[in-house]
Amino acid sequence: MSKDKEIVKAEQSKVKKKSRAQETWRRFKKNKLAVFGMILFFIILLVTILADVIVSYDVSVTQVASERLQGPSASHWFGTDNYGRDLFARIVHGARNSLLVGFGSVIIGVTIGGLLGAVCGYLGGRFDAIVMRILDSIMCIPSAMLALAIVAALGTSLWNVLMAMTISSVPRYCRIIRSSVLGVTGQTYIEAAHSCGTPDFQIILKHVLPNAIGPIIVESTMAVGSAIISAAGISFVGMGIQPPAPEWGAMLNEAKTYMTMYPYMVLFPGLAIGFTALSMNLMGDGLRDALDPKLKN
Amino acid sequence: MGKFVLKRLLALIPTILIIVFVVYFILDLTPSSPGQLILGQMATEEAVEAKNIELGYDKPFLVRYVKYIIQLFQGDLGTSWVTGKGVLESVFARFPVTVTLSAGATVIGIVIGVLLGILAAVKQYSIFDAAGTTLAMILASFPAFWIGMMLVILFAQELGWLPSYGADSIAHYILPWFTTACAFIASQLRMTRTSLLESIRMDYVRTARAKGQKESVVIYRHALRNALMPVVTMAGMNFGTLLGGTVTVETVFTLNGVGTLILTSIRSKDVPVVIGAIVILAICYTLVMLVVDILYGFIDPQVKARYIKN
Repeated sequence: MSKDKEIVKAEQSKVKKKSRAQETWRRFKKNKLAVFGMILFFIILLVTILADVIVSYDVSVTQVASERLQGPSASHWFGTDNYGRDLFARIVHGARNSLLVGFGSVIIGVTIGGLLGAVCGYLGGRFDAIVMRILDSIMCIPSAMLALAIVAALGTSLWNVLMAMTISSVPRYCRIIRSSVLGVTGQTYIEAAHSCGTPDFQIILKHVLPNAIGPIIVESTMAVGSAIISAAGISFVGMGIQPPAPEWGAMLNEAKTYMTMYPYMVLFPGLAIGFTALSMNLMGDGLRDALDPKLKN
Repeated sequence: MGKFVLKRLLALIPTILIIVFVVYFILDLTPSSPGQLILGQMATEEAVEAKNIELGYDKPFLVRYVKYIIQLFQGDLGTSWVTGKGVLESVFARFPVTVTLSAGATVIGIVIGVLLGILAAVKQYSIFDAAGTTLAMILASFPAFWIGMMLVILFAQELGWLPSYGADSIAHYILPWFTTACAFIASQLRMTRTSLLESIRMDYVRTARAKGQKESVVIYRHALRNALMPVVTMAGMNFGTLLGGTVTVETVFTLNGVGTLILTSIRSKDVPVVIGAIVILAICYTLVMLVVDILYGFIDPQVKARYIKN
């Protein structure tokens, strides 16, 4: 008898879950800008995955002395840099680094910040107060400076930039997630789970987080865009991924010396960063409206 | 009110303790030899060793941390290992550039952002709304330092209207101001739009309309006044964040601000300058937020009433 009930319950929840995702997708589809963002993102993702098929990595790092500083042409779509490297190849292969840092730092940051935030929001009391106090203080340190200091301490590499971005963003994610968890913990179903004797960590993982996940997804999507911009900034001031490895921010750093004579060197890497961030921001905006249509005035 | 301010100022103390700990800890991850930095490459090993011991660098991390904190609360931020100048003096020498840059950018961000935001909200679904929100999206997505470089190419190189580097006159600041303002124009525009749209739907606006008041009076006297509350907080936060976030723009325009000071000090492992500058920036940030909170009390009668009651 009770087994039957459980099956029915499981199926009910399945139906409900599917319909919620479908409903979100239906609303998301109707938003033209969001769909545009998604298509843009898939194109960028495709280019990143197929980078080696489009143009070999060697082309992006090979210096050809006879082809220095050439403007865009049929043989070099985006021109060449001061070492005679093909800028199109560098941008295509640079996408991997940017996306890796952008997504990596947000996924790790949101996971750590999310767990901490969820525990704080759920437990409340002194633990919450102390952790929040510490995080608030860390948030007073300008995040760009914090990231730069971490990169300086660990050394300049892709993984260290990723780590620096993650550490400097955890407090912010933690705050956001804590507040969306606080909105859920007051609900009666949490009280019900509590009175059934469900362990705290199980309540957090099974009841609190799934219900607070909407704003978290939206924030994370937008955060990927700003993480890509911040990581480019770190490379731009010369502290990130080092040349000859292709990276968009580092390319802008190299282009700075030549920008007045050869503007195309600045134009293309910037467009690459901008469109990638734009695609994430458009999708984030669309998701917010789709997840909570009430918010859309 | 006084009690509130005092409380907030006292709360600065634990904040500083934590900030210094975090920054000190991070910079301590890689071993550094201040003796070598101070005495230069030519110094003998014994002299370097002696200098390190004199500075307490043979002691464990926590001992040095406590010593630094004690000095800090006596107002002594130490001296630079590289230049030998006082940290406070070096930071304040760079401060005017960063403050001018941030303040100018905040003003531009508020004026343009709020105006475009009002336009977008009042004429919702019109071409102004679409153009405004699209502009905000683009400004928020493209890195400021790149926009700055493009502005230099256009206005300094092609048109020759404005200088591209240096900080000698107001003209030198125009491009950096607009560059820095970009992201804030975007956030102010979105904030103003959302907040004004929300307050336009309020009952008191409907009442004002029902009384037969002119639309302009309804918008500016009734809706906008209430809608500007979150905008004020955001402007303050923007300014606070900017103080420590202008390093890329300073790099583009070769401005000697606090950002580039920290950057060069991080590169040369000049630990006292890095920590000193970050602590000063963090204190400024907290003070700016305090001012915003106090201002909030003056603007919002509800908050003011709460102060008076307590």
